[in-house]
Amino acid sequence: MEANRIYPDPAQVREELIQKYPVKVAKKRAKSIIINDPETIPEVQANVRTVPGIITQRGCSYAGCKGVVLGPTRDIVNITHGPIGCSFYSWLTRRNQTRTESLKDENYIPYCFSTDMQEENIVFGGEKKLKVAIQEAYDLFHPKSIAIFSTCPVGLIGDDVHAAAKEMREKFGDCNVFGFSCEGYRGVSQSAGHHIANNGVFKHMVGRDNTPSEGKFKLNLLGEYNIGGDAFEIERIFEKAGLTLVSSFSGNSTVAQIENAHTADLNVILCHRSINYMGDMMETKYGIPWMKVNFVGAESSAKSLRKIAEYFGDAELKARIEAVIAEEMPRVKAVIDEIRPRTEGKTAMLFVGGSRAHHYQDLFSELGMTTVAAGYEFAHRDDYEGRNVLSSIKVDADSKNIEELKVTADPVLYNPRKSEAELEALREKGLEINGYEGMMKQMTKKSLVVDDLSHYESEKLIEIYKPDIFCAGIKEKYVVQKMGVPLKQLHSYDYGGPYTGFEGAVNFYRDIDRMVGNPVWKLIKAPWEKQGAELEASYVTQ
Amino acid sequence: MKHAKTATQNACKLCNPLGACLAFRGIENCVPFLHGSQGCATYIRRYLISHYKEPIDIASSNFHEETAVFGGSHNLQVGLKNVTQQYKPEVIGIATTCLSETIGDDVEGILREYRKQPKNGTPMPILIHASTPSYQGSHIDGFHAAVRSSVKALAEKGATENLVNIFPNMVSPADLRYLKEILGDFRLPYMMLPDYSQTMDGGPWGEYHRIPPGGTPARAIASAGRATGSIEFSSTLESSKSAAAWLEESFGVKRYQLPLPIGIKASDNFFALLERLTERATPEKYEDERRRLVDAYADGHKYVFEKKVIIYGEEDLVIAMTAFLSEIGMTPVLCASGGKSGTLRKRLEEKVPDLDEKGIKVREGVDFVDIEDEAQLLKPDFLIGNSKGFTLSRKNSIPLLRIGFPIHDRFGGQRVHHLGYRGTQELFDRIVNTVIEQRQNASSIGYTYM
Repeated sequence: MEANRIYPDPAQVREELIQKYPVKVAKKRAKSIIINDPETIPEVQANVRTVPGIITQRGCSYAGCKGVVLGPTRDIVNITHGPIGCSFYSWLTRRNQTRTESLKDENYIPYCFSTDMQEENIVFGGEKKLKVAIQEAYDLFHPKSIAIFSTCPVGLIGDDVHAAAKEMREKFGDCNVFGFSCEGYRGVSQSAGHHIANNGVFKHMVGRDNTPSEGKFKLNLLGEYNIGGDAFEIERIFEKAGLTLVSSFSGNSTVAQIENAHTADLNVILCHRSINYMGDMMETKYGIPWMKVNFVGAESSAKSLRKIAEYFGDAELKARIEAVIAEEMPRVKAVIDEIRPRTEGKTAMLFVGGSRAHHYQDLFSELGMTTVAAGYEFAHRDDYEGRNVLSSIKVDADSKNIEELKVTADPVLYNPRKSEAELEALREKGLEINGYEGMMKQMTKKSLVVDDLSHYESEKLIEIYKPDIFCAGIKEKYVVQKMGVPLKQLHSYDYGGPYTGFEGAVNFYRDIDRMVGNPVWKLIKAPWEKQGAELEASYVTQ
Repeated sequence: MKHAKTATQNACKLCNPLGACLAFRGIENCVPFLHGSQGCATYIRRYLISHYKEPIDIASSNFHEETAVFGGSHNLQVGLKNVTQQYKPEVIGIATTCLSETIGDDVEGILREYRKQPKNGTPMPILIHASTPSYQGSHIDGFHAAVRSSVKALAEKGATENLVNIFPNMVSPADLRYLKEILGDFRLPYMMLPDYSQTMDGGPWGEYHRIPPGGTPARAIASAGRATGSIEFSSTLESSKSAAAWLEESFGVKRYQLPLPIGIKASDNFFALLERLTERATPEKYEDERRRLVDAYADGHKYVFEKKVIIYGEEDLVIAMTAFLSEIGMTPVLCASGGKSGTLRKRLEEKVPDLDEKGIKVREGVDFVDIEDEAQLLKPDFLIGNSKGFTLSRKNSIPLLRIGFPIHDRFGGQRVHHLGYRGTQELFDRIVNTVIEQRQNASSIGYTYM
């Protein structure tokens, strides 16, 4: 038991993190390194450009668009328009799973299509090659949809992927072809790509099939990408609870589901950062409210289920959901009882994604572990401070370059599922309807919040806090472990999972137990056990 | 089903800058730097790390919309300054990307200007620039471009020293360590470039390192111009892309071009060259390794003889493996590469003159859909190549023996031996065991001796 563990003074830590920077950079970084206060919630600088030469963990717009949002839908043929690297690096790397109903069903996720642009395509244009590639994909599979993703050179040489898509769509007649201008240099991170993807999916897919969906309690699951089978566990729980999943955006999804998604009565959002645009646009056009939920953590899953029951306001559903929770919880509790004595009082740091650094704190607190520092890689201020700061976020040049779709209520299909008074009543019951409170409200006072953590800062934090576990991705994994601290990958789950719902919570507890209590760490001498680990660095701004 | 196609489906090659980043990682105190969008650095780091299970920092000039429009000079200079102040590197290896090449940034010119700027107390690192547009060639071209650029930037003229250069090609850290051991045992001073044997396969750190220890020092690369000769493992590298050829043209350092030494014959040639260069006999240790390998060939021949195999990967690896497989009586029914030097068939014919009679098919510039089409016709007993053949292996129930790069679905990809008698021994044992395992699993009896 480490209940009496003394944590470093965060003000001093902050000072130490920035003191080696030149004045200008220190000033800039200071705005992104914040001592939390859940009562007042200080402002965090987020979604600003990374300074060149500072090694960031951030990816690009293409990665966010093709890799994250569109990647998990199994029956779209995704064609990367560009040189070979981008499609190769996004080929099955995110571990998003899918489950076809039969072996005959379409599944193009294992395929990696690229126009493999060569020098002559750069010089003379690549549209012709792109159209041939689209034709080949069509001839080969006759898919329902083909999506085209632009990589860096495409925008520069002036290839019009949208015109090419339109031409081919009209030519085929039975295949929806659409393009994305998600060149890697757009925006400040993969976050730009999420927005571009949301726009494209909304414009080209949602609302194409108006067949009323069946089921009494119909909802869409937004911002869930089925990494390690997360969506399967949520689907299992929904089915048990009598909830009908119309579509997912986009883990384990199909084109048909997305095209019919607007017939659901509620959108629940997991990863707010990557999909909130979709929630807003569907609300405006179709009148479907969205609600922030979290299925990472057993308690959080129970809470989210209760919120969904509250939204539908049906006594039978409420009873059924209580029964599900009552049935699922005992085995979760049994594992917590076994493991918690070994994890109680230990500390974690989470620097990952645009939602995971928040959601996974629930799992750690279920194990009695404290999150001493956390931050996102590519989130915006609202993911930290809550959506009520939205109006005060300055729109900079990078965000302006990403199209904001002008959405209005559909003259025929707009149908508000709840009246404003009903929504207000639900909000009063604690439901985050069209809202998100952000990460900081949940974190303890004096914990540290750092956006777009740099390499140097992560070394420093490890040195000062000596956390029992560090959560990030594969790029950080091996450097952190070289210093004797286990790193849990929360992008790929270290090839484990699922971690959602009740089964997922049990998986996670066991994985964390195995990591923090592993005998191998005793064999690695940590840097702070030695003298002379001098750290220094300085930066210049643009 | 046969597909004639324009698009690349399931590529059997990676992009040019990736190879450059890996090669720069084999220079001591060097930070690889990509001039382009941050996504390139992130993707390439992610990919290299998944194979090597080691951290690799790659800096970037973080292009944004206006950088793409107005040019990357400013971002490159800011990036270099920050890398210099933060990492204090001796060398920064700058590789371009499709983005900076498309807009036509004059990187040499920018670097010339940058070097003239005041230093602010931090010494100016050596800046090496390799042109690696992703729309040309593949990862192996970027690898060689970085090696050649480094030599061109650093090698100096001078009185000949008792020293050989060794350009080992894109082999594993385990291979690099073995080569160093051999040269050490021959007591032959050497300059090996690149040498990522430690940076991409090192131990835990007693203290934090900005740049992991290991790699070829810049001053050693400087001595390359004074060496007695250069050993270059490659069958397809053209003179215009070869560091060894440049040294020969510029400083008269003799270029010895050998295929990757895989198999007895190719290894013999390598050891014979070392004997010639050092005027020493091959140390007993390697004679022993060779004897054990010949003995293993004899013991294992019945398992592997006339087994059909598809080999794919970088052209040089495919050529070396084909020679080795032919040596042990296996039939490489397809030698395939995503690379496209235009010389794959010619070089293979030099190793195996009767390619056609033996039923050996050669295809360059292919992807995994092409390879699968061939596999369904050729019905090989197994596949040899990197992890990317797994989907085809699983779908068609053909076992896959993993070698080369990338290996991200098995542990220890960075420690796979390929070269010399020792590497061949490991490959041979694994090949035999692949056959045995397949037979054992397929047997209805469940033999415990095979």
